Amino acid sequence: MDRLSDALTIFSLGLIVLILASLRRSHIRVEYSVSWLAAAVALLILSRSQDLMQWLARIVGIHDPPLALIVTVLAVFLFVFYRFSIVVSDLKEANIALTQRVAILEFHLQSRYESSKEKS
Amino acid sequence: MLRACSPGSLLIIVPAFNEEGAIEAVVREIQDVMKDTPVLVIDDCSADGTAQAAKAAGANVLSLPYHLGLGGGVQAGYKLAFELGYDYVIRLDGDGQHDPRYIPQIYQTLRDSNCHMVIGSRFVDPHAEYTSFARSWGIRFFRFILRPILGKAVRDPTSGYVGVNRQALAVFARSFPLEYPEIEALVVLQRRAFQFQEVACVMRPRKAGRSTITPGKSLYYIVHVLLGVFVNILKFERHRWRR
Repeated sequence: MDRLSDALTIFSLGLIVLILASLRRSHIRVEYSVSWLAAAVALLILSRSQDLMQWLARIVGIHDPPLALIVTVLAVFLFVFYRFSIVVSDLKEANIALTQRVAILEFHLQSRYESSKEKS
Repeated sequence: MLRACSPGSLLIIVPAFNEEGAIEAVVREIQDVMKDTPVLVIDDCSADGTAQAAKAAGANVLSLPYHLGLGGGVQAGYKLAFELGYDYVIRLDGDGQHDPRYIPQIYQTLRDSNCHMVIGSRFVDPHAEYTSFARSWGIRFFRFILRPILGKAVRDPTSGYVGVNRQALAVFARSFPLEYPEIEALVVLQRRAFQFQEVACVMRPRKAGRSTITPGKSLYYIVHVLLGVFVNILKFERHRWRR
């Protein structure tokens, strides 16, 4: 049980370091790092507090506290993935609209250029 | 310069992706049938010379800077046609499967009927059927699914040989399915109480290139389209309840 808690602590610390490093290099925007950081910090706190872990196990209904923690963390990360799917979908919609707009504007410009060339 | 000049103006749009081998013949065939009607080829960021071949044949070309897929390309054409003030748009595929000889009939039906959409259908005339075994079963399946949703039978729901009037154009310029759009587009129109009609067409084998729907993608196609159909039903109902 202790080894699993230690592993979860190391994992959460690694995740926090990775997110901070990505933020520093601008690989991830601040607004999209908040969900990951919150999940990683919650995992760190829970993995170091036996009382909190046992309380969580009672709520979830799983007798083994670290297992309850893992199940909870998986649920949180699934929610984070879902949130990012919404973000990606919004970005794709915007990308399609922009691509179409660029093509249409380019078409208008080309048409004007060709008609002015014909006149002159 | 491309612009709608008179009431009842028609634009023919041809979405194309890597159709260098077929597009020139398709455009020339359309021009032979519809002499003074402008043709707009939508080049979906082809890697070959599709855009150049279409221009050489005398078509206007809308070049997308990024590959959007069939629905995104067709919608770009609808948006441009709507902005330019066209009253009717007929869409043919760039692979040569849609025979342009049926354009006058689709156009006439659009003008004379109160329909918002006219579909060139392989199955109105039972003797003119051309499709693969797997595809014909897929079409039967979607006919069965769509019958209660549309409130009337549709014989060829997967046909991309489609004409629309300006009201449908306004809807599609705002909202059009991205992938495999034909079936979902029917549901989008039905939710707005728009009418459609089918006219008999004979489809031909493609002139060049390969179909995007491979046997491996067929299952994905069915799941995707089914989901799209039901999402469109839910989307519009929610919108109506809010008002």
